[in-house]
Amino acid sequence: MTREEVYERLNEVFREVFDDESIELNDETTSNDIDGWDSFEHINLVVAVQDEFSFKIPMGKVVTMENVGEMVDIILQLGE
Amino acid sequence: MKELEFPFDSEYILKKRKSIKRSLLGELEGKTCISKKIAILGGSTTHDVKEMLELFLLNVGIVPTFYESEYNQFWQDVMFDNPLLVEFAPDLIYIHTGSRNLKNIPDVRMSPEQIAAMLEEEYQYYESMWQKIEETYHCPIIQNNFEMPFYRLLGNQDCADVHGRMNYITRLNQRFYEFAQSHENFHIHDINYLSACYGLQKWADPFYWHMYKYACAVPAIPELSYNMANIIKSIYGKNKKALVLDLDNTLWGGVVGDDGADKIEIGQETPMGQLYSEFQQYLKAHKDLGILLTVNSKNDEENALAGLNRPDSVLKPEDFLVIKANWENKDRNIVEIASELNIGTDSLVFVDDNPAERNIVKMQVPEVAVPEMGEAVEYIIGLDRSGFFEVTNLSKDDLTRNEMYRANVERKKQQASFESYEDYLLSLEMKAEIAAFAPVYMSRIAQLTNKSNQFNLTTKRMSTADLEELVKEPANITLYGKLEDKFGDNGVVSVVYGHIDEADKELFHIDLWLMSCRVLKRDMEKAMLDELITRCKQAGIRRVLGYYYPTAKNAMVKEFYAAQGFDKISEDDAGNTVWEYIIPEQYVKQNRVISIEEII
Repeated sequence: MTREEVYERLNEVFREVFDDESIELNDETTSNDIDGWDSFEHINLVVAVQDEFSFKIPMGKVVTMENVGEMVDIILQLGE
Repeated sequence: MKELEFPFDSEYILKKRKSIKRSLLGELEGKTCISKKIAILGGSTTHDVKEMLELFLLNVGIVPTFYESEYNQFWQDVMFDNPLLVEFAPDLIYIHTGSRNLKNIPDVRMSPEQIAAMLEEEYQYYESMWQKIEETYHCPIIQNNFEMPFYRLLGNQDCADVHGRMNYITRLNQRFYEFAQSHENFHIHDINYLSACYGLQKWADPFYWHMYKYACAVPAIPELSYNMANIIKSIYGKNKKALVLDLDNTLWGGVVGDDGADKIEIGQETPMGQLYSEFQQYLKAHKDLGILLTVNSKNDEENALAGLNRPDSVLKPEDFLVIKANWENKDRNIVEIASELNIGTDSLVFVDDNPAERNIVKMQVPEVAVPEMGEAVEYIIGLDRSGFFEVTNLSKDDLTRNEMYRANVERKKQQASFESYEDYLLSLEMKAEIAAFAPVYMSRIAQLTNKSNQFNLTTKRMSTADLEELVKEPANITLYGKLEDKFGDNGVVSVVYGHIDEADKELFHIDLWLMSCRVLKRDMEKAMLDELITRCKQAGIRRVLGYYYPTAKNAMVKEFYAAQGFDKISEDDAGNTVWEYIIPEQYVKQNRVISIEEII
């Protein structure tokens, strides 16, 4: 999986979860940039990401994720 | 909406919740819905429980507004009258707790007596809260039981030894059930069963507890909320009433018209035969729950009956109220079945192994529930988990409903042979019992207020708790009517109540008037009016006002008050009408065909 491929799939997940077709993610995107991304929606995002990429994100990593760039790093790492 | 029918894709629903909600709201626009205020009081995070519950309720035409307790404040909110909750005035309270909320757990050093005392304390903690809810809110309570713990300190003995958590939880659950057995407005939400179905280890995934304080895994929440929605829709009268069953490859293996009645697979001779027999037993058991059974099959009637008449067929022709075995399209047959039974097509569940037949019915009569059937081995689970007939209160009426509908079919036949309609009515030898709401009939009266849609003037939905409050108020007059005839007992079929005007003591308002459609055109409404007027006169009332509020289903009673001699005095843009009746000095009783039994 390339970083671009991860972004493409992740973008789609974000658009579905937040019901917003205009979302364009980049490395610096954080919860402040997306309407409705609060702690409750974060859980759903994690569940949806795990479902999309078919693996479980370890608890330790969920805790430390600060922005979308880090999320993509983790997905790439786990996808190997 | 197909996405929300069992078996559904939980991950998909969780992910697409926002767009699903949007389309549900779009579908509901312009339709009559019921709105309910639901308080979710949680011992863990409840956000997604609420979100999912909302989708499943919208899907059955219930529009919820929610109150959520702060995290783990379920007990405090109730016991200390959180003003926000008091102000919210819930129609229903859901206590979302589970094994993570146990305050104490036994350990091996404790004596059995200590454990019993601890269990009593734990139980009282909950019971005191339920009692408080009953006093303060008079509304139905739905309470989770406890799911099994996901590890067993004592291994297999954990379930049997009093020191085991499994044993402790089982005993505690038993106490909850005993409370449920003696309280009609209290319903158990069985997460113990649900978590077992889902897979306890996946259900209890500690990740969701420690990360977000969800007591069950987030991907399991749609199943939890679906199960909850089933209880709620049952409480508010949205259950289905009848099963419409295909025959070939649904009730037995093979095609009776081609193979012959002796060659179809049913009975104990073959594995397939046994499988279909088990399914037939499952369906037949629904009769006792008051679910009406009917057949809709593409067959010559002779062949259909030959199949059902096999000695080893569990279901017999007489188990069905209507058998449509013909070559009509199934959607047409379904509409006829509904009209013969005098129930709405939205009360039907159509069970057919053939996807093409299911599709026709879905397209032509979209309000009929059409579950996916899968393989024959999946028939029972598919129907069972769908929760079409979720039982909340079993009334005596449910047990005899099939008999009552059968008697109706016989009455229809007899009707043809009389000179006048009045002669026919007299021949029925009807006897009615009409009196103020009595405790023994409260659950049936509540059921009627929630189920009756057509002959219902104001469509006020009431819980038994609401009704009990009503009876206490001296300014109210309440009446139930029970009707019996030579073909059988119809049970309680009509409910009327109203109140004396606060300012003008000679004025009476009729708040609700309803009647079950199974006794239409039997003059029961006249008997009810006679009794109402008699009681009004005794109370010194001279003037009575009746109200009609139109809904999608109650057009049949639009002119009801006119027929009873009331005069229309106002009508607004929405079609709501008000009717007036001046009680004459000499009131002449309207009913001449039903004899009224004295109630002492």
